[in-house]
Amino acid sequence: MSDTSIKPRIEKVPLSEQFFQKLPVMLVPLLALAGLLAIGNPASWLTLTVAGLAMGMMIFIMASGLTVVFGLMDVINFGHGAFVAIGAFVGFTVLAWLAGWTESPSVLLNLFAVLIAILAAMLVTGLLGYAFERVIVMPVYGEHLKQILVTMGGLIVAQQMIYVVWGPDELHISRPEAFQGSLIFGEAAIEKYRLVAVGIGLALFLAMRHILQNTKVGLLVRAGVENGEMVEALGYRIRRLFLIVFMTGSALAGLGGVMWGLYQETITAHMGSEIMVLVFIVVIIGGLGSVEGCFIGALMVGLLANYTAFLAPKVALISTIALMVVILMWRPQGLYPVVKAK
Amino acid sequence: MPDTLLSLSGVHTHIGPYHILQGVDLLVPEGGVTVLLGRNGAGKTTTLRTIMGLWTASQGDIRFVDHVITKLATPEISRRGIAFVPEDMGIFTDLTVAENMMLAASNGPIDEKRLSWITDLFPPIGTFWKSSAGTLSGGQKQMLSVARAIIEPRRLILIDEPTKGLAPAIIKSMTDALKELKETDTTILLVEQNFAMASSIGDTVAVMDDGRIIHSGDMQELVEDTALQEKLMGLTLEVHQ
Repeated sequence: MSDTSIKPRIEKVPLSEQFFQKLPVMLVPLLALAGLLAIGNPASWLTLTVAGLAMGMMIFIMASGLTVVFGLMDVINFGHGAFVAIGAFVGFTVLAWLAGWTESPSVLLNLFAVLIAILAAMLVTGLLGYAFERVIVMPVYGEHLKQILVTMGGLIVAQQMIYVVWGPDELHISRPEAFQGSLIFGEAAIEKYRLVAVGIGLALFLAMRHILQNTKVGLLVRAGVENGEMVEALGYRIRRLFLIVFMTGSALAGLGGVMWGLYQETITAHMGSEIMVLVFIVVIIGGLGSVEGCFIGALMVGLLANYTAFLAPKVALISTIALMVVILMWRPQGLYPVVKAK
Repeated sequence: MPDTLLSLSGVHTHIGPYHILQGVDLLVPEGGVTVLLGRNGAGKTTTLRTIMGLWTASQGDIRFVDHVITKLATPEISRRGIAFVPEDMGIFTDLTVAENMMLAASNGPIDEKRLSWITDLFPPIGTFWKSSAGTLSGGQKQMLSVARAIIEPRRLILIDEPTKGLAPAIIKSMTDALKELKETDTTILLVEQNFAMASSIGDTVAVMDDGRIIHSGDMQELVEDTALQEKLMGLTLEVHQ
């Protein structure tokens, strides 16, 4: 090595900038606090907050796959909603078959029924994701306009397929016995199912974080989001990685579909395209490609929608759009902008 | 006469409507450093990217160790033993230095002995092992980029302008590191604008212009022939020093 001394110097990020970078994490508690001040009654606030978090978690489940798919391969998938709807229909079909278990007072049988419905929905939507990526997405890599058109087309085809298989009417199903009713905390009534949704959403977020931070696949996804070309130059087949991510994202949309369906207790062929508005808002708020941003964005959308529906129902119609406008005025690239070298 | 490790014959590359490489013929002998010189826009970077499969050659053959690799996908080309250090360094700034190195070791865990050699070659790699690569200075990022390319033994390393934008002290360190790397029998195809640096480590040279190789031969011959330097590049080595 040379006798020329290199004095290593690392750029220190100023404290103020570090605080600014961490600020989005504070937004959810700040919003909850603002909600408490505005609502006044702690019992109502607790009920609305759990409802908001549950809604946010379900949106996160549906949106997480979409944001990673965009981050990794720059693919805008307007057909993502199809997996939500198909997942819900498959899940409801399985639950209808297992009516004996869902109507049973046994918590274990109820749980098994929901678990089987979720696994079936995720399996079907994961496999459909494989077909969707190979047939619809693969020919239009790198062409955003074509991606929008062709994935929208895929969504329409999927909706029509639902009509063919399940008919044009909406389906109703009651939640299993164990997930019905509320738990009472003081004056606050909290629906059991919402707690389950919060639990599943949180577990999924922690699992995704763990995989992204601590496994080689996660490392590849993070690297691929930033510079897919370099990942390939290092010897990794990013197309195969993307296919795995796409299938996982589709399966998660299917999971979200079952959960959303059980939340609403009614599903339609159009539920996917309806919920996609919220999903896209969350992905944009979070920063395209950012899982952490998507999580925070989803919780904020869920909380704000519930608080405003209680405080000013008419404002609730525009609250999520207004939130997106405010966030984008503050951070035009979203809460956690993803660095892209492409 | 050393064997040819890499050869390009009549390679054309189109990028959109532009015809960038217009019949490149290039031989890279095994061992030593081949330098690719030429003015901006001559097609040097496109040549490296075409070899790596990042842009597909529309015509011609690229052979690496007797196998045609022209139509192979980039990961396959990499797995045959070609590493690439791009002009923009290609560092994953969201990952730590350690994570960047772990990814580069695509055939398994990092060889500790080799890592120790690399950290001797580029001390900042060890110093900032757990730091985010995004916080490194430009010179440190370039070192990481080269370190990543050599974390596993490779038969050929393509390096695109490793001294671009670096301070003179760092350029000297980088040059010394490449000289040491050359001693390990690794073949290097180096794109470089800094003729003084290129001539100090190059064994053979090829000069490009308008998407073609307009001269190839021994580096020493070009260094000694100022008239040829002026003819090929418009400047002589003295101007660079």
